[in-house]
Amino acid sequence: MTATAHVRTAQAAPPQAADVSRRKAQRSAQRRRNGAAGVLMAPFFLLLLLVFLIPVGTAVWLSFFSDDQPGLGFGPERTVFVGLRSYAAVVTDPTFLSGLGTVGLYCVIYIPLMVIGSLALALLLDSGVVRLRSWAQLGLFLPHAVPGIIAALIWLYLYTPGISPVIEALGKADITVDFLGLHTTLPSIVNIALWSNLGYNMVVFYAALQAVPREVLEASVVDGAGPVRTALQVKAPLVRSSIVMVAMFTLIWALQLFTEPMLLHQSSQMINTRFSPSMYIYDAAFSRNNYSLAAAASVILLIITIAISYGVTRWTNRVEKAEEHAR
Amino acid sequence: MSAMDSTLLRPRLLGRATVNVVVAISALYTLLPVLWLLLAASKSRDALFSSSILSFSDFSLVQNLKDLFAMDGGLYGRWYGNSLLYAVLGAALGALISIGCGYAFDKYHFRHKEKLFGLVLAAVMVPQTVLALPLYLIASETGVVNTFWSVFIPVLFNPFGVYLGRIFAQGYVPDEVLEAARVDGAGELTTYVRVSLRMLGPGLVTVFLFQLTAIWNNFFLPMVMLSNQDLYPVSLGLYQWNSQASVSPEYYPVVITGSLLAVLPLILAFVLLQRFWRSGLTAGAVK
Repeated sequence: MTATAHVRTAQAAPPQAADVSRRKAQRSAQRRRNGAAGVLMAPFFLLLLLVFLIPVGTAVWLSFFSDDQPGLGFGPERTVFVGLRSYAAVVTDPTFLSGLGTVGLYCVIYIPLMVIGSLALALLLDSGVVRLRSWAQLGLFLPHAVPGIIAALIWLYLYTPGISPVIEALGKADITVDFLGLHTTLPSIVNIALWSNLGYNMVVFYAALQAVPREVLEASVVDGAGPVRTALQVKAPLVRSSIVMVAMFTLIWALQLFTEPMLLHQSSQMINTRFSPSMYIYDAAFSRNNYSLAAAASVILLIITIAISYGVTRWTNRVEKAEEHAR
Repeated sequence: MSAMDSTLLRPRLLGRATVNVVVAISALYTLLPVLWLLLAASKSRDALFSSSILSFSDFSLVQNLKDLFAMDGGLYGRWYGNSLLYAVLGAALGALISIGCGYAFDKYHFRHKEKLFGLVLAAVMVPQTVLALPLYLIASETGVVNTFWSVFIPVLFNPFGVYLGRIFAQGYVPDEVLEAARVDGAGELTTYVRVSLRMLGPGLVTVFLFQLTAIWNNFFLPMVMLSNQDLYPVSLGLYQWNSQASVSPEYYPVVITGSLLAVLPLILAFVLLQRFWRSGLTAGAVK
């Protein structure tokens, strides 16, 4: 994504014309263009200020202040600067750390499954041997049209004994599974997310594969590569930028994990109200009304997200540069 | 592509069968839960818990729909209308705002342009849950909390749409067209509305569809902002009803039937606008 941002940095050359009236006309044309650019961009940047910059600033500000009640809680409430106290409270809170650990584990299981699964499906569809290809694609994509909360609802019912045909079928084969037990909750959530997004990412990869030039594929056939080798050693490396993009967006979404555990929490004892960092923020802000704690947790989550995204971008850029040198 | 594959890359018959089986199983994995929702929505409450899911002896979809719209004084219809209003109006307005901004990023030159664009890209990465508390506090201060606007204004913000808008403007609107319009003496904004916006049509539809999906899915923000049930979108309403279902089981059939109805608009939009979102995904994936 950043590559496109850097390609088009060339600025228009300043006008060199000696003719004063022409320069005047050019200047007024430039003013008109600046005016048009301003009109087109103003609504978006107003929104950016209102619902992005000011809230981020507010979160940072809140995290450094706290409501203190002097005199054993009987005096008037006042807001005092507490420095990093809220941050210290968050990072030493075992429930926050366990939420962070849960999401870390969730990412480790979910992201490789998602990227490998959707890429494999895209490569299979691109191999040209799949029957009813466009129908298969539409079927795989369908869950993307199911809202996250409803995907969670459907699977919650499919995890619930008494309603679920899955549990009934397994029961007939003498297998009992508690999908919302101690060790199965996280895999059950991974399954919901995988179900929701597999087809979407598959379509992203498929679209990228369509853009692979056919000369490259013909060359690999001439070199005697079979279809599997062509897929893994020629096609997959050529869509690397899509792989990075899908992995990155999957990661950003995974770090915010909220909707699925929030819904499953209604039915499972295994999911507490601070299951993930996002649930911790919600719990701190709206159940405990501890705004500075919630703000500090928000800022920490923000920093983690930006640090990982930045790290991934830097790393892929370096790998790409190294490979260019090697060539 | 497929012609070449079948002549040059012809895999063995066994491989072909395996590939088709894997794809078929994956498609069953994605389709069966939706099929279950469809079947479950046609069952009465007793049948839902007792009989096999595939038996059609007790078909009560119509009764379930009646119950759904009668439950709690017709709240569901209200929620559905709210969701349509938030999503359709929000996505239409949001797509116009994002595309306009992306277009300006591509076609005009001004100072610190790439730094501003970097800010837009940074906004793509920021988790929604991080912004929810400060947004709630700002909404409380300004008195818009628990109103239509507290949900509607934040969903208009779509930085990824700006990124797509810039790519679409680069691909669909040649700079020569703008030069020609300038020579003809047309104003910049007139050219945008009459010429460029028309060329950006497919891109506009793509951004609209992405945003429609995002707003229809929106759950965290309404949950934080709204306490008045009459303003809930479908997602939050169903969440609320589901939490009551464990105590009063008469909510189970309405939650299931309500979920089925809530899935329909997006499926309809995706099927009708297939041509556009496929091109949009390509633009997002291939730089």
